[in-house]
Amino acid sequence: MSRYTLSHLEQLEAESIHVIREVTAEFENPVMLYSIGKDSSVMAHLAKKAFHPAPPPFPFLHIDTTWKFREMISFRDRMCRENGFDLKVHTNWKAVKEGINPFDHGSDKYTHAMKTQALVEALAAGRYDAAFGGARRDEEKSRAKERVYSFRDRNAQWDPKNQRPELWNLYNGRIDRQKGESIRVFPLSNWTELDVWLYIHREKIDVVPLYFAKPRPVVERGGNLVMVDDDRMRLEPGETPRMETVRFRTLGCYPLTGAVRSGAATVGDVVREMMLATTSERQGRVIDHDAEGSMEQKKREGYF
Amino acid sequence: MRLGAEDRELIARDVEAYLDHYQKRDLLRLLTAGSVDDGKSTLIGRLLYDTQAVYDDHMSAVERDSRKHGTTGTAADLALLTDGLRAEREQGITIDVAYRFFATSKRKFIIADTPGHEQYTRNMATGASTADLAVILVDARHGVLAQTRRHSFIASLLGIRHLVVAVNKMDLVGWSEQRFGEIRAEYADFAARLNVPDVHFIPLSALQGDNVVTKGAHTPWYHGPALLGYLEEVHIASDRNMIDLRFPVQFVNRPNLDFRGFAGTLASGVVRTGEEVMALPSGRRTKVARIVGPRGDLPEAFAGQAVTLCLADEIDVSRGDMLVHPRNLPSMERGLEAIVVWMHDAPLVEGRTYVVKCGTQTVSAEVAQVEYRFDVNTVHRAEPSRFDGRAGLGLNEIGRVVLETARPVLFDAYAKNRRTGCFVVIDRMTNVTVGAGMLVDRKPVRTESALRSRDAARSELPDRVRSRVTGGDRAAKLGHAPLTVWLTGLPRSGKTTVALLAEKMLADRGIAAAALDGVTLRFGLNRDLGYSADERAEATRRAAEAARLMNDAGLVVIASLVSPYRADRDAARRIVGDDRFVEAWAKAPLDVCEARDAALHPDGAGLYARARRGEVRSFTGVTAPYEEPEAPGLVLDTSARSAEECARAVVEAVVVRVSRPAV
Repeated sequence: MSRYTLSHLEQLEAESIHVIREVTAEFENPVMLYSIGKDSSVMAHLAKKAFHPAPPPFPFLHIDTTWKFREMISFRDRMCRENGFDLKVHTNWKAVKEGINPFDHGSDKYTHAMKTQALVEALAAGRYDAAFGGARRDEEKSRAKERVYSFRDRNAQWDPKNQRPELWNLYNGRIDRQKGESIRVFPLSNWTELDVWLYIHREKIDVVPLYFAKPRPVVERGGNLVMVDDDRMRLEPGETPRMETVRFRTLGCYPLTGAVRSGAATVGDVVREMMLATTSERQGRVIDHDAEGSMEQKKREGYF
Repeated sequence: MRLGAEDRELIARDVEAYLDHYQKRDLLRLLTAGSVDDGKSTLIGRLLYDTQAVYDDHMSAVERDSRKHGTTGTAADLALLTDGLRAEREQGITIDVAYRFFATSKRKFIIADTPGHEQYTRNMATGASTADLAVILVDARHGVLAQTRRHSFIASLLGIRHLVVAVNKMDLVGWSEQRFGEIRAEYADFAARLNVPDVHFIPLSALQGDNVVTKGAHTPWYHGPALLGYLEEVHIASDRNMIDLRFPVQFVNRPNLDFRGFAGTLASGVVRTGEEVMALPSGRRTKVARIVGPRGDLPEAFAGQAVTLCLADEIDVSRGDMLVHPRNLPSMERGLEAIVVWMHDAPLVEGRTYVVKCGTQTVSAEVAQVEYRFDVNTVHRAEPSRFDGRAGLGLNEIGRVVLETARPVLFDAYAKNRRTGCFVVIDRMTNVTVGAGMLVDRKPVRTESALRSRDAARSELPDRVRSRVTGGDRAAKLGHAPLTVWLTGLPRSGKTTVALLAEKMLADRGIAAAALDGVTLRFGLNRDLGYSADERAEATRRAAEAARLMNDAGLVVIASLVSPYRADRDAARRIVGDDRFVEAWAKAPLDVCEARDAALHPDGAGLYARARRGEVRSFTGVTAPYEEPEAPGLVLDTSARSAEECARAVVEAVVVRVSRPAV
């Protein structure tokens, strides 16, 4: 390869940094969504690079459903402390008080209240005009057409038929702040799951240990292995947690996230396993299976 | 993701070595264009499926969907792999640009999948803007259609340098080599008019998989690679501009008094520490003190890298400025000329003001003029559409536009620099992206219509001087009125021969006549012009101005110029004056002209022969259009009649018109 060639990973890195800087230059009050997952870790890492030696000039926002894995929360707090990130945490306490939980309410209703609604509230409360998210186009069919700058109206809603054309690396960041318009920004749009892992490997990025195999208490439910992370987990009759060596390909609320049986304990192992795998990462996510086109519906309502 | 045996073996043996290899692969962005009927979705589905970029759960969803929406009976409809939103699935069409990803051990690929229906222009331009290569699908049964030409034209406009013509559904034409050859010849003929240096043809069947990922057994006569093999090998690194340093400043990073850096992505070129750079628009010079890259400080940075530059002196630089080498400057102008693709229902119209975003510069810009529109089916220029009497561009129209910006814009021609030569147009009220533009090079050669609008602005200038000798005086002295006979026709149609004979015959009859020959003008008055459509327009304008001056001096002018565009000849008529202008068409079939040329140059050095070999660009009749006159005042059939006969016809026409009635 010639001296003046960028590898695909270096190109993706440069393009993501460009997007993060562009938003910071053109928006008044951006925020970076921090979901604690591997994509968020990569995005936060890119934000550090974009402004080095300065820290990222925007806060990080975590939508806490109160049902995240405990290891995620401790990882989040450690990462933000070590990197000096300005962390904001928001929970839809109204829904918590109403007793909305992933067991009694379908994953649909639960996700809407604890994630979508909570996010919309937090963005409005912080008067953020741009919110970075770690979503990738390869994750799901409706994401394949998502823009890098995803325009949202005052109700944070997404209209798939009315998105702005995006050409070259010229992003249209003009919005009407008086009307409460905002954008969601996806700097990792063109990354694939493999790219994310390759980059984590190359840059030695710290990720939540839940991605690596370890004996964990699980029950088998509806074809998914669900980890019993705390005593709020309601066991169905006949269910007994047992220790299995598992890991997670994707992280979310523990009762809604399926684990996979695996012995992959390092990034190399994970990549090896993924390259030989035959199912997609979102398969472990209960919420995508609700109905055909469900992600599209959630996005219309304001989900990331 | 499932893999081939080799990769599988390497991963199992040495995952670190595999990761090391995998992360160093480069990236190819491609665009696929074609309609649903061409089998585009099936082709992409086939690429994804056969490169094993499809997971089992996605595939089982497709199998489930196939029973509901599919068109392939019980077999899985691979087209559904690429079919995104619910609304589209219901309509059975894709409505927007979707991005797909797959990788082989050689490259990562990003496919911009764009639909072929009426929104194609907007969507294709979007997909093409970031693509290195376009795959144009052709249905082997139907061959090159208007839509094929449209797609190819847009790809070429957007600066794509590699086209792959995928001749699909070869199974339905019996894998006919002859059919493939016909389509290739037809397309190559058309593609010669496009500015795409690399065109490649592949016969395939997306449905059956032949020549998509692996070579099929049905086309033993085809010796090239399968589509995927071609995509893995095509060389794109030299498409980038590594010559002109352009660093548009994106963001000033100043966390404390000890650090002040200018963050941005190098649009083109290379920059090194210690080198002198100039900040534009200020023109201040300084040196590069430090280059902060994504993994620490760098001695140099090149096109595509996102870096932060620290400068040796505290000069004032802000977002929208550009750092360049002092001896290699971009254009800096308020008047921009561009090819604009319009993407919104509300048309672009002359006189309206928009916001233009060009790199990191955002300026307001007024549409000074819409010069012409492209007929994307014929790739010819056409009159711009009109909206309430004003010229403009409607949704999905493409045209050449002059913009006047509120302050000077730093840019390069799109043909030279795909990063600094483009802009998007944003509506000031709705903030919606309504258009995209590609800046045109040269100091603008003014078209006649542009000059007319400029003339209006010049009304405060002193009027042009008037001669004290009137036209009537001259005509009385010479015994005849002036006239311009404008001879147009294909190269080797006999224009010059006829013009010179007519000039001699007229002179013999005592008429002050002069031949004005297009080729001769190219040695003097027009020596600075080439053969692009714009330059031909300018050559014609100058010749017409010369004819007008000669007419003003009382002469009869026999002008012989190819002048292939109707609009240019009409402009010439306006310049000379309708009452003393006769359009004469030296009419001869293309094959006759070509045969004459070949007879003159039996060694194959004739212009037609060279144009056929691709050695001459934009050669009228072969690689550039000739628009026949619609209502010529005189038709000279130079293939059936002798040059003398034709010249006599010219002389007769002249004599009838210029003879003064007895006073």
